[in-house]
Amino acid sequence: MYAVNYHKPASIEDAVAAIGGADEAKILAGGQTLLPTMKQHLAAPSDVVDIRGIGGMTDIAVRGDTVTIGAAATHAAVAGSNEVGSICPALAALAAGIGDPAVRHMGTIGGSIANNDPAADYPAGLLGLGATIVTNQREIAADDFFTGMFSTALEDGEIITAVSVSKPDRAGYAKFRNPASRYAMVGVFVAKTGNGVRVAVTGAGEDGVFRHAGLEAALAGNWSPDAVDAVEMSADGLMSDIHASADYRAHLIKVMAKRAVAAAG
Amino acid sequence: MTQVTMTVNGKAASGDVPGETLLSDFLREHLRLTGTHVGCDTSQCGACVVLVDGKAVKSCTALAASLDGAEVTTVEGLANGELHPMQVAFNDNHGLQCGFCTPGMIISGIDMVNRYKAEGRELTEEAIRHELEGNICRCTGYHNIVRSIKDAAASM
Ligand SMILES: Cc1cc2nc3c(=O)[nH]c(=O)nc-3n(C[C@H](O)[C@H](O)[C@H](O)COP(=O)(O)OP(=O)(O)OC[C@H]3O[C@@H](n4cnc5c(N)ncnc54)[C@H](O)[C@@H]3O)c2cc1C
Ligand code: FES
Ligand code: FES
Repeated sequence: MYAVNYHKPASIEDAVAAIGGADEAKILAGGQTLLPTMKQHLAAPSDVVDIRGIGGMTDIAVRGDTVTIGAAATHAAVAGSNEVGSICPALAALAAGIGDPAVRHMGTIGGSIANNDPAADYPAGLLGLGATIVTNQREIAADDFFTGMFSTALEDGEIITAVSVSKPDRAGYAKFRNPASRYAMVGVFVAKTGNGVRVAVTGAGEDGVFRHAGLEAALAGNWSPDAVDAVEMSADGLMSDIHASADYRAHLIKVMAKRAVAAAG
Repeated sequence: MTQVTMTVNGKAASGDVPGETLLSDFLREHLRLTGTHVGCDTSQCGACVVLVDGKAVKSCTALAASLDGAEVTTVEGLANGELHPMQVAFNDNHGLQCGFCTPGMIISGIDMVNRYKAEGRELTEEAIRHELEGNICRCTGYHNIVRSIKDAAASM
């Protein structure tokens, strides 16, 4: 790894100042993506600004029908949180299935969505639930946040502080794991909410996570695994790589959608 | 440089470390605790797993500078006059061959037993296999590792 200056600010203001004062700063959270990337010299920031020392960043709290999860809450913390479980057990279950136990002890929800890996789990959960992403500057709807493979609506140096999720009527997630990496070869998150049915697909799209209009319409008409059968599934815009062809991924989307609806009950 | 002080295997350990120093390097190079192994560059093999504040963490994927005040336990810190029950079980069940993955397997085993006990859940053979997803072994085929952890869980 190249030399890097480490900062651990105790407030958002100090974090903003540390980012502004560096040649090329990167925000550091759990480090489970950034550090491997730096080891491989795919990222070489001059400075890393660790946000885990900022007060409140790991808090998880329920108000009414909404749970707010601090950006630095680890996957293990979300998986084990009664608060998250009371609003959306499917999101807690999604967190429990990310990577392996050691990764879950360090990796954070903010880091996962800021990275927006096309095969990551949280982007599907948050897009499927119509979550709100809170930063030090504004609130961003999940529909506007995930803008493409490894890209988001975040400005340079903008810090995610929390994510909030409102209670769905029902929600479920199913992923077909890449047997080597444990990332999603295809993952589908389904949610029935007051504002309609939402279906988000990860692991498959060339532009990262996306909503599937055909599945949403079918499940809005009939919330059952069988409703998925009739949906037209095109392989256009899906990834083809050494792990799976676009056609295979298209097939997996339907299978995972059925399993997700079955899990949601 | 960042000044860090940790408790490693019950003893205070401090040093002035450059920002890029990984916990695995701090343990192996600064403290000469070479029981923690480094088997990959991609955070996938788990040979480097140690306990940080009681939780299994990949020491190759954590900056030493970020762990000021942390309590770290490596494989060297487990035996306390006698071997830890997890070490005994790996010995009794032939849970290793070359031994490269073993420090990480033993720490991950302890972590999973502790978590399942705290949550009152049963650590079944299937659960052990899932819990070991982040620990790769090139030699054993895992059967005896799983047996060792199951055995230790009964005596921990
Ligand atoms: C072996 C292994 C297996 C994995 N398996 C899976 C899997 O199955 N599914 C899955 O979804 N993920 C998986 N991951 C990725 C893991 O979930 C990461 O923890 C996550 O993607 C990044 O979170 P982090 O907190 O570690 O972020 P970091 O690595 O610290 O940061 C990642 C990026 O996000 C930025 N960032 C971090 N926090 C913020 C913030 N609050 N505001 C703005 N920007 C921020 C950083 O600058 C960096 O660019 C795996 C990782 C490993 C090593
Ligand atoms: S050396 Fe840490 S995971 Fe391989
Ligand atoms: S015993 Fe050789 S790698 Fe596991």
